[in-house]
Amino acid sequence: MLILECPHCGIRAEETELAPGGEAHLKRFGPGSSDQEFEDYMFARKNPKGVHFERWRHAYGCGKWFIAARCTATLEVFGTYPAQTAAPPQHIIDAVKTRRPGWEGYK
Amino acid sequence: MSTRLSCGGRLIDRRAPRDFSFNGKKMRGFLGDTLASALLANDQMLVGRSFKYHRPRGIVAAGPEEPNALVGLGVGSRFEPNQRVTTTELFQGLTATSQNHWPSLEYDVGVVNNYAARFLPGGFYYKTFIHPRFAWKHVFEPIIRRSAGLGKAPIDRDADRYEQAYDFADVLVIGGGVAGLQAALVAGRSGARVLVLEQTAHWGGRAPVDEAEIGGLTADEWIRNAVEALEGMQNVTLRLRTMGAGVYDHGYVLAEERIADHTPADGRPRKRLWRIRAAKVIAAQGAIERPLSFAGNDVPGVMLAGSVRDFVVNHAVAPGDRTVVVTNNDDAYRTAILLVEAGLSVPVVLDARAAADGELPRRARAMGIRVETGRGIASVKGGKRVTGVAVCAQAGQGAVLETIACDSVAMSGGWSPIVHLWSHCGGKLIWDEVNAHFRPDPDRPPTGQDGQGIVVTAGSASGALTTDAVLRDATNAAGGTDAPEAAVPQEAPVAAIWVMPQGAGPELRAKMWLDYQNDVKVSDVQLAAREGYTSVEHTKRYTTLGMATDQGKLSNINGLAVLSQALSIDIPQVGTTTFRPPYTPVTLGALAGEARDDIFQPLRRTPMHEWHEAHDVEWEPVGLWRRPYCYRRPGETSHQAVMREVSNTRTNVGLLDASTLGKIIVKGPDAGKFLDMLYTGMMSTLPVGKCRYGLMCNEQGFLSDDGVVARIDEETWLCHTTSGGADRIHAWMEDWLQCEWWDWQVFTANVTEQYAQVAVVGPNARKLLEKLGGMDVSKETLPFMQWQDGTLGGFRARVYRISFSGELSYEIAVPANEGRAFWDACVAVGAELGAMPYGTECLHVMRAEKGFIMIGDETDGTVIPQDLNLGWAISKKKADYLGKRGQERAFLASPDRWKLVGLETLDGSVLEDGAYAPAEGLNANGQRNTQGRVTSTYFSPTLGRGIAMGLVLRGPDRMGEVVEFTKLDGSLAKAKIVDQVFYDKEGAKQDV
Amino acid sequence: MRRYSVFAIAREAMRHHTGWERAWASPEPRASYDVVIVGAGGHGLATAYYLGKNFGITNVAVIEKGWLGGGNTGRNTTIIRSNYLQDPSAAIYDKALSLYENLSQDLNYNVMFSPRGLLMLAQTHHEVRGYLRTVHANNLQGVKTEWIGPEKVKELVPIINIHGPRYPILGALYQERGGTARHDAVAWGYARACSAMGMHIIQQCEVTGVRSEGGQVTGVDTTKGHIGCKKLGIVVAGHSGQVAAMAGFRLPVESMALQALVSEPIKPCMDVVVMANTVHGYMSQSDKGEMVIGGGTDGFNNYTQRGSFHHIEETLRALIETFPMISRLKMLRQWGGIVDMTGDRSPLISKTPLGNCFINCGWGTGGFKAIPGSGWAMAELVAKGEPGPLAAEFSIDRFKEGRFIDESVAAGVAH
Repeated sequence: MLILECPHCGIRAEETELAPGGEAHLKRFGPGSSDQEFEDYMFARKNPKGVHFERWRHAYGCGKWFIAARCTATLEVFGTYPAQTAAPPQHIIDAVKTRRPGWEGYK
Repeated sequence: MSTRLSCGGRLIDRRAPRDFSFNGKKMRGFLGDTLASALLANDQMLVGRSFKYHRPRGIVAAGPEEPNALVGLGVGSRFEPNQRVTTTELFQGLTATSQNHWPSLEYDVGVVNNYAARFLPGGFYYKTFIHPRFAWKHVFEPIIRRSAGLGKAPIDRDADRYEQAYDFADVLVIGGGVAGLQAALVAGRSGARVLVLEQTAHWGGRAPVDEAEIGGLTADEWIRNAVEALEGMQNVTLRLRTMGAGVYDHGYVLAEERIADHTPADGRPRKRLWRIRAAKVIAAQGAIERPLSFAGNDVPGVMLAGSVRDFVVNHAVAPGDRTVVVTNNDDAYRTAILLVEAGLSVPVVLDARAAADGELPRRARAMGIRVETGRGIASVKGGKRVTGVAVCAQAGQGAVLETIACDSVAMSGGWSPIVHLWSHCGGKLIWDEVNAHFRPDPDRPPTGQDGQGIVVTAGSASGALTTDAVLRDATNAAGGTDAPEAAVPQEAPVAAIWVMPQGAGPELRAKMWLDYQNDVKVSDVQLAAREGYTSVEHTKRYTTLGMATDQGKLSNINGLAVLSQALSIDIPQVGTTTFRPPYTPVTLGALAGEARDDIFQPLRRTPMHEWHEAHDVEWEPVGLWRRPYCYRRPGETSHQAVMREVSNTRTNVGLLDASTLGKIIVKGPDAGKFLDMLYTGMMSTLPVGKCRYGLMCNEQGFLSDDGVVARIDEETWLCHTTSGGADRIHAWMEDWLQCEWWDWQVFTANVTEQYAQVAVVGPNARKLLEKLGGMDVSKETLPFMQWQDGTLGGFRARVYRISFSGELSYEIAVPANEGRAFWDACVAVGAELGAMPYGTECLHVMRAEKGFIMIGDETDGTVIPQDLNLGWAISKKKADYLGKRGQERAFLASPDRWKLVGLETLDGSVLEDGAYAPAEGLNANGQRNTQGRVTSTYFSPTLGRGIAMGLVLRGPDRMGEVVEFTKLDGSLAKAKIVDQVFYDKEGAKQDV
Repeated sequence: MRRYSVFAIAREAMRHHTGWERAWASPEPRASYDVVIVGAGGHGLATAYYLGKNFGITNVAVIEKGWLGGGNTGRNTTIIRSNYLQDPSAAIYDKALSLYENLSQDLNYNVMFSPRGLLMLAQTHHEVRGYLRTVHANNLQGVKTEWIGPEKVKELVPIINIHGPRYPILGALYQERGGTARHDAVAWGYARACSAMGMHIIQQCEVTGVRSEGGQVTGVDTTKGHIGCKKLGIVVAGHSGQVAAMAGFRLPVESMALQALVSEPIKPCMDVVVMANTVHGYMSQSDKGEMVIGGGTDGFNNYTQRGSFHHIEETLRALIETFPMISRLKMLRQWGGIVDMTGDRSPLISKTPLGNCFINCGWGTGGFKAIPGSGWAMAELVAKGEPGPLAAEFSIDRFKEGRFIDESVAAGVAH
């Protein structure tokens, strides 16, 4: 039963308040994109065993989407940040690197 | 025999007798007894039969680790199988029955398995019952199933109720022995919010039984003081009868409180499930004594030495008159000393170690107790009760040196910390050579959301086995420094002795039980190892070791030790199996909580819900809503009711509660642009005051929802969705607005429940509205596909002229709190116009007659709008909309897709729901090829015949062709491909 | 391989079972094999078995990072059925079911296949239509299923409450041939048979790298050293993404936790498998007497083999609503597995960007029931280098084309 802090309203929300939304920072490909680009956008997922950036909605709270940096092997949470960004902010990257020195970084 | 002693018993109240029955036999115990102690006080040692061999079994332990003594408790709607007598508090009128035997506990036919035991080794069923093929299902499996299983299945619905509650603590202490209490005292004094859980009805755990002395006080005195001090702290909560069941991710803890288990039918919930969030969990659950593996260690009367003490001290019950103590450690001498002090006989202490020079053995010898070192038990005599033991040298192969008569055996193989809560979430263990047990490795705790440890252990749960060490460890665990002193005798270390005697041959090993309940013996584990099931998980699963209802609390370590010896590797290399929640079994009813029957799930009600209920409604669940399926008049079938509703709506006027329809307001400077992305059609160009039908697709291109969009003002649109789709579509909109187009200025609001909505449908619809009065609803003022605000019959109303039936139709939204009154008004004024309410099925028939699609019927998540001939609702001008790219993919853009058509059976019958149209030939896998399927099929009362829609391969190009559709009876129905619109193709009726 | 039989047991009983040979050998790896299969779960072992049995390829190693059968094969709720809606699914699951029917005899190992019948309850009109569609489809696929009414449901499952106040039971999709099997025994039986053919099952051997040259795999690096191979099959379920990444390609797969639980054992009270999708729960009774209960899947990536408690709670609510008598039973043990979910929730049995490397994964919540069929189809793919008819539709290309095999369309069917 995860606890994630909603960066919008500051609530430490339990999993039952939240709706998961899959891998974060996907770039949308629409008309004009190649089959490969569109397939990757739809289906290719990093699915890492380790540091993962994923979307959550505070569905039964403030309703806002945010992104969590979380380890899928230990469920450790490195931080959360609003979804209105195309890549993880530096302080989150730093927080991950502090606790996972061997982490290859966000790609 | 086992008896009640004439004095003592710290937990029982001899002035409060309690009558109970066991297998119909009347018995008496005292308040404070467990069912186990009360049975023993009545000399009922034999309490059940084992799982596989149906061997007679008695009480082995005094706590939740008990593997044998499980009974059926209660009767009828309060019957519960597999209740552990050692954790069941005795109450007046308790009824218990023993399990897993026929015809009776004393004479069980199933014991034939015992005589055939040598043919039924671990995993035997994998090697036989293979031929003939049908025999497993029809012969062997039924026999095995009947023979297996433990208690009887309950029959009745549970008469009790359960509740759930949340709690929060800075420090959660699980276990109310001296370790838990000391940890709670330290944490409590620091000002932290502390919650302490104890699974039994008493504080203090084993310390009083072991006659510990703490800070110069007896254990009982120290415990009393500690509990008083804790009760005096505002920041501390104490809960008895509450078992810490499991530690879950991010420090979520489940606990089960037994509220009315011992006071059945007193009106309180039987159990309460606690969901606890704690910053820190201190697991102080203690330790469990291990049995020793010697032949006949399962004969009733063989008990754990510590449990014998429990019964004597707590309940003044002696399991036997003459008790042989057998041990590999000093602690068991406490049992010998206690029994002799209680006036009972201990003919011998058999100590498998070469020497026994600790303080306790010396004291025992000084009392005149015979102590034999280097000795073990070759075998236990007796069947349904111990009659004696054959003594042998531990070092040998079991040659009998002497036989000693006794009626009970107290055994001790050392103590293992209870590591369950530590391990549930990934805490690791290390092997402690000195104490011969696995204990938590403090350097590798289970971790929480910040990556830090979430559980610490305290006391014997950490592996501390003497009272002074327990108190020091508990103090440290809670962050304190000053532990009370405890006077403890010097104890010599345990010897890592598992099997007795060391050189026991196969005959003996086949009678040494590791897992009592599942009948797993030393020989079974050795067989598993020999056959290559060498991973500890393989051994466990092959032999079923540790998989019984005690989950291996007594058997796991012994099993690992036997496996390690068989494989000639060290125990740590063998490793342990995974500890899974719960610590002890938790009632399913408690896990489900109060959500049963009518409140099983939330029920969403429209403002008109009660009216429907009062008018012969037949409900249909739609998500959490219930919608009227039809209104059945007396004497009508559902089908007749639907037919009447259709005919009446088409000839007079019908009223539909459409309040469940999703209503989402989309507003802002970029709202038009946003809706153009969301819908396949163009919404930004919709003029204010007008309505437009829209389709929404997911990014794959598949149709996901539809509905009418109304332009409210320059910056505001109102989007109708399907009843089931409102929340999903609102979330979908927010997803795109927040995560993709966050710079677009758009607000959304799901106002579904703010409005009640009534569809007034049929030729008399306008008349009905005119009778309500207040608005000009004429064709000129309010033409088809437009909307207007106004007042109808005094109600503030927004009136949409839209139609899902093909009839003249208005949908009127009024504020939700006026919905019922508005509905009543419509019913009242409609009476003389022939108005009748109609339900969802009538709605479906009418829309099918008109060839309108229904999300969920014509669509199933694999259908694109183009398949449904809805190209007209897809804007050709837009560069992009959600789903557009997906629809361009090869398979979706193929000309060979199945497309929507109407289907008319040649004989007028109704095609079957879900029918497929077979095509010629078979595919590569030998399956019949198909060329289409039915998506909607109804009897149309309007046309007097069956009508259907279906998706057919290149269907629209095949008009007039006759295609066959499957029927469940194996025959085929012929249907002609026709236009999907069956009724009023020109749309004249809706546009009047 | 010495055969198992009642006579063998009798013979061994006379000598205290000292003469049984190892069910499978534990060899050290050779330098190279014709085929290396990564993953000794049910699917991997079945692949190896049918490579030998159907194609005579026995120079095979099956390598496993833990213990064989220790992943989802040993963690599922053991349901076997083939009443799938889409043709490709019905074909492979029905192939699997047919193989299960003879598996004990084929392997000379009792996998306790128990065709006790399987019911999928319909509790809304929508679900009724969905299941009727499935019956029509199954009839054309040669899969025998039938639609039964509530009275027949009650007759088959006397403990069921068909008149629940919220979701009365309107009928059920019934597959008489469906049932359960002993999950561990399936892995063990295949392992024993593979070992008897001379294949190597190498446990405690983790793949750390995949070596390739010119678009062809040459071998794998493992914790027991380099192992060369002419062909590589990756059959590692939840860890497919990890191994695929070593081989240099990505999969449309995500790994999530799925939970299950068992009650304490009771005497037989339910002779069929019941699935209730509207309320999200399914239950059967094991031969041991435990009620085996399946829960829901978490919606987030997770490799911990633990799941979120609220799924268990929801499942039990649903099942108590459906079977009120289980309320006083107790949960004995709960656990989780990692399921590998593809974009359309159907599996991949496919070629990969590497010419001699093949993948079998994505079985999601439905893997156990597919094991023999999956192994059969995968063996054909590995042996011939091209998929046979069973595997053809499950290729990875379908995601590019949008040609999904979506089973959820019938009525939100869980496996």
